[in-house]
Amino acid sequence: MMGMKRDKKDEEDASGGNPFHNVEKTAVLQEARIFNETPVKARRCTHVLTKILYLINQGEVLGTTEATEAFFAMTKLFQCKDVVLRRMVYLGIKELATIAADVIIVTSSLTKDMTGKEDTYRAPAIRALTAITDNTSLQAIERYMKQAIVDKSPAVSSAALVSSLHLFKSAPDVVKRWVNEAQEALNSDNVMVQYHGLGLLYQIRKTDRLGVTKLVAKLTKMPLKSPYAACHLIRMVCKLIEEEESAGGEVTSLMDYLESCLRHKSEMVIYEAAHAIVNLRRTGPRELAPAISVLQLFCSSPKPALRFAAVRTLSNVAMTHPAAVTACNLDLENLITDSNRSIATLAITTLLKTGGEASVDRLMKQIASFVSEISDEFKVVVVEAIRSLGLKYPRKHSTLMSFLSGMLRDEGGLEYKASIADTIIAIVEDNPDAKEAGLTHLCEFIEDCEHTSLAVRILHLLGREGPRTKQPSKYIRFIYNRVILENAAVRAAAVSALSHFGATCEDLLPNILVLLQRSQMDTDDEVRDRATYFYSVLSRKQAALNSQYILEGLQASLVTLEKALLNYVQQPNEAPFDLKSVPLAPVIEERLVAPSGQIDGAGSRAAPASVAAPTATRLPATATRQDVYIEKLSAIPQFASFGPLFKSSAPAELTESETEYVVRCVKHTYAQHMVLQFDCTNTLSDQLLENVNVAVEAPEGFDILLSIPCQKLEYSVMGTCYVALSLPESVLSSTGTCSATLKFTVKDCDPTTGLPDSDDGYEDDYVLEDVEIGVSDHIQRSAKASFGTAWEEMGSMNELQETFSLPAIRTLDEAVRNIISFLGLQPCEWSDKVPEGKSAHSLLLSGVFRGGYEVLVRSKLALSPEGGVTMQLSVRSGDAEVSELVASAVG
Amino acid sequence: MGGLLSYFRSLIGSREMRILILGLDGAGKTTILYRLQVGEVVTTIPTIGFNVEQVTYKNLKFQVWDLGGQTSIRPYWRCYYSNTDAIIYVVDSVDKDRIGISKQELVSMLEEEELKGAILAVLANKQDMEGAMSVAEVHQALGLDLLRNRTFQIFKTSAIKGEGLDQAMDWLSNALQSRK
Repeated sequence: MMGMKRDKKDEEDASGGNPFHNVEKTAVLQEARIFNETPVKARRCTHVLTKILYLINQGEVLGTTEATEAFFAMTKLFQCKDVVLRRMVYLGIKELATIAADVIIVTSSLTKDMTGKEDTYRAPAIRALTAITDNTSLQAIERYMKQAIVDKSPAVSSAALVSSLHLFKSAPDVVKRWVNEAQEALNSDNVMVQYHGLGLLYQIRKTDRLGVTKLVAKLTKMPLKSPYAACHLIRMVCKLIEEEESAGGEVTSLMDYLESCLRHKSEMVIYEAAHAIVNLRRTGPRELAPAISVLQLFCSSPKPALRFAAVRTLSNVAMTHPAAVTACNLDLENLITDSNRSIATLAITTLLKTGGEASVDRLMKQIASFVSEISDEFKVVVVEAIRSLGLKYPRKHSTLMSFLSGMLRDEGGLEYKASIADTIIAIVEDNPDAKEAGLTHLCEFIEDCEHTSLAVRILHLLGREGPRTKQPSKYIRFIYNRVILENAAVRAAAVSALSHFGATCEDLLPNILVLLQRSQMDTDDEVRDRATYFYSVLSRKQAALNSQYILEGLQASLVTLEKALLNYVQQPNEAPFDLKSVPLAPVIEERLVAPSGQIDGAGSRAAPASVAAPTATRLPATATRQDVYIEKLSAIPQFASFGPLFKSSAPAELTESETEYVVRCVKHTYAQHMVLQFDCTNTLSDQLLENVNVAVEAPEGFDILLSIPCQKLEYSVMGTCYVALSLPESVLSSTGTCSATLKFTVKDCDPTTGLPDSDDGYEDDYVLEDVEIGVSDHIQRSAKASFGTAWEEMGSMNELQETFSLPAIRTLDEAVRNIISFLGLQPCEWSDKVPEGKSAHSLLLSGVFRGGYEVLVRSKLALSPEGGVTMQLSVRSGDAEVSELVASAVG
Repeated sequence: MGGLLSYFRSLIGSREMRILILGLDGAGKTTILYRLQVGEVVTTIPTIGFNVEQVTYKNLKFQVWDLGGQTSIRPYWRCYYSNTDAIIYVVDSVDKDRIGISKQELVSMLEEEELKGAILAVLANKQDMEGAMSVAEVHQALGLDLLRNRTFQIFKTSAIKGEGLDQAMDWLSNALQSRK
């Protein structure tokens, strides 16, 4: 009685009306001793049990001992006949099953409840029993589970079916024996039982494609009463279609079935079928039409859930098949004013994707009217729609930009703000006309930006793009304001941005120097260091220094630089540290040109990062693929004399994908050597390969120095063997083709154990595709922020110029892509983006040839009137032979 | 004085007596439990854990716990010892091989502090079967001669036929009632 009173008082005290507000673990476990008392006080025990469940669900961690103690105390509650308490005990068992020890102690009691007369006990007892059953005790309850599956009570049958699904994970072999019972459940009149029966049946047969095919064939002919089961069947059919498609099978009847589901009487099934059809890979306009028309009908349904589902699906379809969705434009227009903002947002963003250029202004005005009322999550959807719109209709940039800047000023979280900034940056980079307006908006934004990471990124962008605008001086005020007002990280970024202006715009230099001088008084070390560094570089007034130490930044791989410096410090050395000995960081392939209409979240986010390394943002230096290779290769003593690794190529497949042996080749280039790394995989489970190596015939001028075989190649375990080549003296002959053959000793083995049947093996070989060594293997990408300056600096000493005609290439875009992949150089100043509708374009490329020779390429492309593309290629480099090699490579 | 005594009597009478049925696996504990509860023989499977039922015998209410007898479950018996009024220890009279083990379990159980005051009824079960040991033999084999400070009695029973159970329950009820 006292206890009840106290509890009541607590309840009143608890703020927010949560009676468990001040529940505490040790106190509750203490209270749980009440379970041991006889006779059982049902109400109090129920209350304590509730507290325990509450604690566990709040993430409180119980130790095994305390959980076990509570569990065994709880088992004593089985003597009480109180229904509420008993059902709480079931919940308690399920929660404690994974934490407490020896939980099988309640097996008999639960078995009794699940087979007993009390119907309210049976289903939960089955679920609790499943939670405590391990594979050994499953045998003991198998008979009861089978009975329960076919029980006439739907609750019991459903509980048994779902429990079986869970058990399938740990004991598939036992559950597989219940297939007949599941089959019987499938014929049940109850919607849930039928659905769960199908779920279990599918789970059992999932891995057996023929079984699934038969099941689907049978079920598609008999109408399923349960709409849930019908939805499940539709999903099964979809999966089957995808599988059959890839195996080249026939799917017409399955497609027909999906289409027939569009006429089902349940809306749920109709929606599921429509959703399935639009998401199938094989779906074309013909299949799409009926699905779209049911979705269109749903758009005017009185049920908000249905409208939401329909418009959300249409919004997805609009990305892949905008034309098909155009038919729904009128219905979508009606949804713009829907009282449910989520529906309205999706309707508008869908219309933005399908509508013409003319409707953009009107739609943007519509969104503006309620954008403040929707959640951040949907705002991001809107921003992404605007982004793809910006790429699709460059001429609309002023409308979009002013809208985005309005959104920037509103309240919102980091993710939302970042997506807006991303979009503005993407539009700025893609559309030169939008640059000035976009930068101005961003400038205004950082005047009042609470997110350091965003401010830093925008400052970096300003530093890169600002100096090249018509009137660079107007950005200085915004940037310098940051130096005065913001935190250290932003100040440092602002100082770096200022230095870019100083390095590029001569007329601003005196002013910049004054500003930098002031920043040398900053309270933060990093800001002071940067200001001092930039001041001393800029005050020398040498263009070469500026471009090398300010505009270009550090291009070495940070991880390897750190290692190299550590080595240098540990081994006392007279010679100064040579930065050239650190391999260059390969420029990350980040600039995915988002095809119009496609949203690409990661795209431009990575862009500033790659060039930014030392000055602007402090990015975590992650180990790149190349760093992994360096680690691996430096462990092999034979390669130590080759010097630092210059470049590793992307892996190239030397075999077809589904062959006996799969071999990939990675080419590692050193200053004078090349290492071919062959990653081999044996896909035959009955063979063990030993002494695996690759015999290579090197092209003229190359010498094979050594070959490191792979001792043993077990089934599906990748092994690696190496071949080291010395590169020819003459740079001009450093390309060629090597034929390659895999040689090995085969031992037949037992597929299950992998042990060889006998010690005798036989020699065998396997012809691989040729390894091509091209110009790009000798060149590392490196970006130049200002190509023009670098070009002038290099001088025309080793310049070569040639004109080619490329008749097989149709568009400038295609030409640009081909040249980049062929030469392996880094495009500069976004010159890999060909503005739409132009007939001529200049591609600017830069990189470093092995041995440290810089290579710059300027390629003027023009569509020739008789079809194809003409190209004038100018190459400048630090070495005449390198220039010649690069120039000749394209021809 | 007499009034006071009868007042306590009535208190005890209203409280459920707590009885444990223990013994090795296959001795017939679950069969005995349900014979007592519903009066007939039910098919049983090895008990993993326990069964608990309310049994009414001659207006007395008992709460009877039948704990599984398998080797793996015996360690958990002790979790259920507290507040026990009586123990029914069931022995398979035919299983001569394991009578020794049965004795060990009985002895170590009786050493438990929590069971110090519990009354013990030993049932030499399966007397209907051929080759069953007699009551005296079971008495001897379990070493009951050496038992001190314990109210106990041994009975010959057959749970299947329902023989001997009533005598045992009669004795148990009387012993429990006269105890206090």
